[in-house]
Amino acid sequence: MKTIKKHWMLLLMLLPAVIYVLIFSYIPMTGIVLAFKKYNYAGGIYGSPWNGLANFKALAISGKLGLVTRNTLLYNIAFIALGVVFEMGSAILLNELRNKYFKKMSQSLMFLPYFISWVVAGAIMYNIFNYERGVFNHVLNLFGAAPFDLYNSPKTWPYILVFLKLWKQTGYGSVVYLAAITGLDQEMFEAASIDGANAWQKIRYLTIPSLRATMMTLVLLAIGNIFRGDFGLFYQTVKSNAILEPMTDVIDTYVFRLLIDTGNIGVSAAAGLFQSVLCFVTITVCNKLVKMVNPDYALY
Amino acid sequence: MSKNTVIAKKVRVSSDQIAVNVLGWVLIGIFALFCVLPFYLIIVASFTAETSLIREGYPLIPRIKDLSLDAYKLSLKNPMAIIISYATTIGVTAVGTFVAVLLATMTGYVLSRKDFPWRNKFSFFFFFTTLFNGGLVPWYLLCMRYLNFKNSYIALVLPLMFSVWNMIIAKSFMNSLPMEISESAKIDGANDLVIFFRLILPISKPLIATLGLFSALAYWNDWYNCMLYVTDTNMFTLQYYLQRILGSAEAMRIVAEKSGMALPSIPLESMKMAMTIIATGPIVLLYPFVQRYFVKGLTIGAVKG
Repeated sequence: MKTIKKHWMLLLMLLPAVIYVLIFSYIPMTGIVLAFKKYNYAGGIYGSPWNGLANFKALAISGKLGLVTRNTLLYNIAFIALGVVFEMGSAILLNELRNKYFKKMSQSLMFLPYFISWVVAGAIMYNIFNYERGVFNHVLNLFGAAPFDLYNSPKTWPYILVFLKLWKQTGYGSVVYLAAITGLDQEMFEAASIDGANAWQKIRYLTIPSLRATMMTLVLLAIGNIFRGDFGLFYQTVKSNAILEPMTDVIDTYVFRLLIDTGNIGVSAAAGLFQSVLCFVTITVCNKLVKMVNPDYALY
Repeated sequence: MSKNTVIAKKVRVSSDQIAVNVLGWVLIGIFALFCVLPFYLIIVASFTAETSLIREGYPLIPRIKDLSLDAYKLSLKNPMAIIISYATTIGVTAVGTFVAVLLATMTGYVLSRKDFPWRNKFSFFFFFTTLFNGGLVPWYLLCMRYLNFKNSYIALVLPLMFSVWNMIIAKSFMNSLPMEISESAKIDGANDLVIFFRLILPISKPLIATLGLFSALAYWNDWYNCMLYVTDTNMFTLQYYLQRILGSAEAMRIVAEKSGMALPSIPLESMKMAMTIIATGPIVLLYPFVQRYFVKGLTIGAVKG
């Protein structure tokens, strides 16, 4: 009580954020009961009758949950793995560039896609790959190749989506690595040069190992969301295209459609709960494992 | 002999450095080109006459004889909708960013105070929400049914107002400030709120700039909350307005194609491009100037909370 009195002002300053998080994070957490209820408007979240596991059964019968979970997981694995390669790779190369002007210029250009919304990114993409008038088919035509209808070719989409994701985030992500490289002890590199290490060896044996901590933090953060699809990416580029769905539907777009298009509250809440639990288990287990190997790299 | 080896060594060292640089120029150059090329393409297309777009497709190189301002003229002919969505977006971004920065810095400051006895408990209270959440459905229902988000401006402001990540960035920045500032001010009798506003905020300008930009970008580019909660066309944010325009233009094209009827002379394709430019414009023009604050901010945030 005494300590509360002593620190009441700090507690007061904390209050708005605490209330915010209570309302927008903790109260919705209690809303997971919806997954076990038959929702009706009159009853609302807490007053609707229970229906056991019926929502999960409906989810299982629909047969889509396995597919969207697999898609989400595979896409995110590709995003994380290639993200590390692209971001770390471009940071290292940017750092090695001697021409300051080119370095600044290219870094700015790489940052550009980060600043636009997925709506704009989706619009740009559609106009490049549009079957009748897109630039892509225009170029194919110049080389005498047959036009390619991307919006009818689900198999190509994984490549497209991975490329789009890398396109949008590499500039941003590489900054974190670049900052870590700039913070490294320069004497270490000078000493290595005196010992006769060449540029490749310095990258291989000094730069990359020193980035391990940064990489582990970023990867762990990403793993915490490995069952969460980037809704904007999938929604704004694919739009509602049933032909592409088997290759492009992720948990988030699936839950969104269940909720908004079909209005099936109970089943979509069940799918959402499934996703949240998967994410929570994954990050808890991964963090534990990392902690066992090297406590410095753990998130918490 | 010995002189020769020294020279040889020098040449060898610089040769692998040249190799790394060449690789850098090629790979970074290609990637940077890919990043900027799409923007170039839509800008060119937006200034190309519709007939040319339909006949020959989107141009890779501007076709001088087909340059036209029709798409912009038509997009801006009835400017009310664009003006309204611009005003909505600017208003929401300004208010939202202001509150978001205040919340993140204030919360971060309290949690960075070493003499605050519950700092770890509260830190976990916030951090836990990044590990587990109730998912879209309960959140949506809460906002829709109990908080009356439908067609209200709070639906556009509140969802992006507090981010635990921004708070963690603020906290680690403030951790790096000397503790003595708060301590000595306390001894002088200043209360915590005064210390925060008078002493801490003024020396946190890089942090404020960074968080401000993160929030402003999130608000400016938001279409998701507008899509979920807003049906009133007078409340559309710019990105959502663009999404709707693109969608309806596409729908018109499909109808025209299926019915085999030629569209009345509306330059749909170039108009889509022009609208995309109009909606993106300010961000792309501003970003070279604000980019360095992002770089700074990411460096601040790189320190683990």
